[in-house]
Amino acid sequence: MSLKSKLHDIKEKYKGTKMAPAFNALHTFLYLPNETTHNGTHIKVADDLKRTMNTVIMALVPCLIFGMFNAGYQHYLALGEIEAANGFFGASFWSFDNLILGAWQVLPLVIVSYGVGLAVEFLFAVIKGHEVEEGYLVTGMLVPLIVPIDIPLWMLSVAVIFGVVIGKEVFGGTGMNILNPALTIRAFLFFAYPTWMSGDKVWVHDAVNRDQLIAAGENVDAISGETLLGFYAKSGQELTIAGTNGGSEIITTYGDRAADLYSYWDMFWGLIPGSVGETSKFLIIIGALFLIFTKIGSWRIMLSTIIGALAMGLIFNGVVGAGWIQESSKFFGLMNVPFWQHLIIGSILFGAVYMATDPVTAAQTNKGKWIYGFLIGFISIMIRVFNPAYPEGVFLAILLMNVFAPTIDHYVIQGNVKKRMKRLKVKTA
Amino acid sequence: MGKDSKLILDPLADNNPITIQVLGICSALAITAELEASIVMSISVLFVLAVGNVVISLMRNIIPSKIRIIVQLIVVATLVIIVDLVLKAFAYELSKTLSVFVGLIITNCIIMGRFEAFALGNSPWRSFLDGIGNSLGYAVILIIVGFFRELLGSGTLLGIPVLGNPIPGELSGLYAYGYENNGFMLLSPMALIVVGIIIWVQRTKNKALIED
Repeated sequence: MSLKSKLHDIKEKYKGTKMAPAFNALHTFLYLPNETTHNGTHIKVADDLKRTMNTVIMALVPCLIFGMFNAGYQHYLALGEIEAANGFFGASFWSFDNLILGAWQVLPLVIVSYGVGLAVEFLFAVIKGHEVEEGYLVTGMLVPLIVPIDIPLWMLSVAVIFGVVIGKEVFGGTGMNILNPALTIRAFLFFAYPTWMSGDKVWVHDAVNRDQLIAAGENVDAISGETLLGFYAKSGQELTIAGTNGGSEIITTYGDRAADLYSYWDMFWGLIPGSVGETSKFLIIIGALFLIFTKIGSWRIMLSTIIGALAMGLIFNGVVGAGWIQESSKFFGLMNVPFWQHLIIGSILFGAVYMATDPVTAAQTNKGKWIYGFLIGFISIMIRVFNPAYPEGVFLAILLMNVFAPTIDHYVIQGNVKKRMKRLKVKTA
Repeated sequence: MGKDSKLILDPLADNNPITIQVLGICSALAITAELEASIVMSISVLFVLAVGNVVISLMRNIIPSKIRIIVQLIVVATLVIIVDLVLKAFAYELSKTLSVFVGLIITNCIIMGRFEAFALGNSPWRSFLDGIGNSLGYAVILIIVGFFRELLGSGTLLGIPVLGNPIPGELSGLYAYGYENNGFMLLSPMALIVVGIIIWVQRTKNKALIED
């Protein structure tokens, strides 16, 4: 007897009981069910919820695999054990060692994210007696990509439970949520455990751990794992990175330009420290093209987010150019970043492609999508520059605009109604 | 007595001023990061509301209805100033933690609400019971929220460490296993979410409370 028919039998056995939704979900998740609709008119479309979700997951897989390699690469690079890769195809990047270390760190994140999240989904489906929805499939994939590599697994579990319950289930589950659940999870982690989510230690594997060991008096080598944004935020001040390597002390002083540290191509290919899956702009763009081509993601939102980010960057550049801000200001470093460069540092592209386009929480009208996306980009860069604690703001900007998306839609629709009323009056008059 | 006991018991659960009437939320969010502050705040509100209700009830027949809000404000303000001065004299550190929120008891909607809705139309004894009941209902929520926020946010209860020692190098208790305090719990938005969860649990248990 095949697994499929076994699952079908189990499903039949539990039909009508409380546990039925859980077995149904298992069945439909693994196989196409045998049942067909019997009455009424029905339209067959290929892109049901399951396929939509799977398409997004496919677009995310390259980022995940790249994230594994990058995790290992950043770790070994910080330890000084390997040479810089110098480009996307560098041999020291695509090495087996990097993959092993990265997978060892990243796969537990994926497993915890899916395991805990789906457990909550199943629990709610059983309690409330509705079918398990596929909404969590994408969230579960996004979550490991937007957290630092070393985040403790129990923190991730707590955050996933919080995000799924408070971010989604209280509003009625998939399709009813106001906030993007993946970003709710990230925001929870960010506010609850800031030492694990921001600062210069969390972005490279083992950096925090070693820092704590050193604080406890053990003799190990320190690793620094600052993100580029961190460097920019500190530039203007003299920046010194101290570390010990093999017993001898190394002090590296960088100029006030992060470009001394990483080339623009490194930023584009993604060979920089950051959250697991958001560093490679190249793979995000490929994912974006895939989503646009399959008509899953909205190109309007992606494009307008980028336009918004560029606009805010241009304004800041203008402020610097006009001399309205002094070089000693702590905002000078980030304001002085050339406007286009905001796109390849930080996670604005990842947010624009995978987060802002979430069909549930985004604006629904086409005009609304332009406004929604533009404001996300605009506010992201604004928060990024002015955030005193942590130089990034993409997730905060998207969550904020999630809240405003229904309002934007309302006014777009009302505006349209008014316009058409006017036209009607002109005709009848 | 049955009717009178209802005055005390009703606001504790099925007609709770915070979770059902959704009044007094501001102070519930602001001062519940520590359990001690929640308790002191509850006692202050208990005093102001119980005494205020009696005073208003005694004066209910001589207050001209056109200026009743002003009279109520004067009564509340007098009582709040007494509370504030007592706190400053006997618990200075705590009064600094509570800061303006003691003064803001004046604007706590529960108090004006009870004056308007109850004390103006009932005898002093019943008004007293009503004041006690409503401030206890307020206290219950404040203490629940304060308990969870202090426990999960700082790992202490009434300032006493209960989950172990979080100082690096001398970790003990839960912290030795990698546990960390949840900083989000100390922020006001989390108080709103905790109150929301209480409302959720309460209405799931008693479906009659769900409004459309």
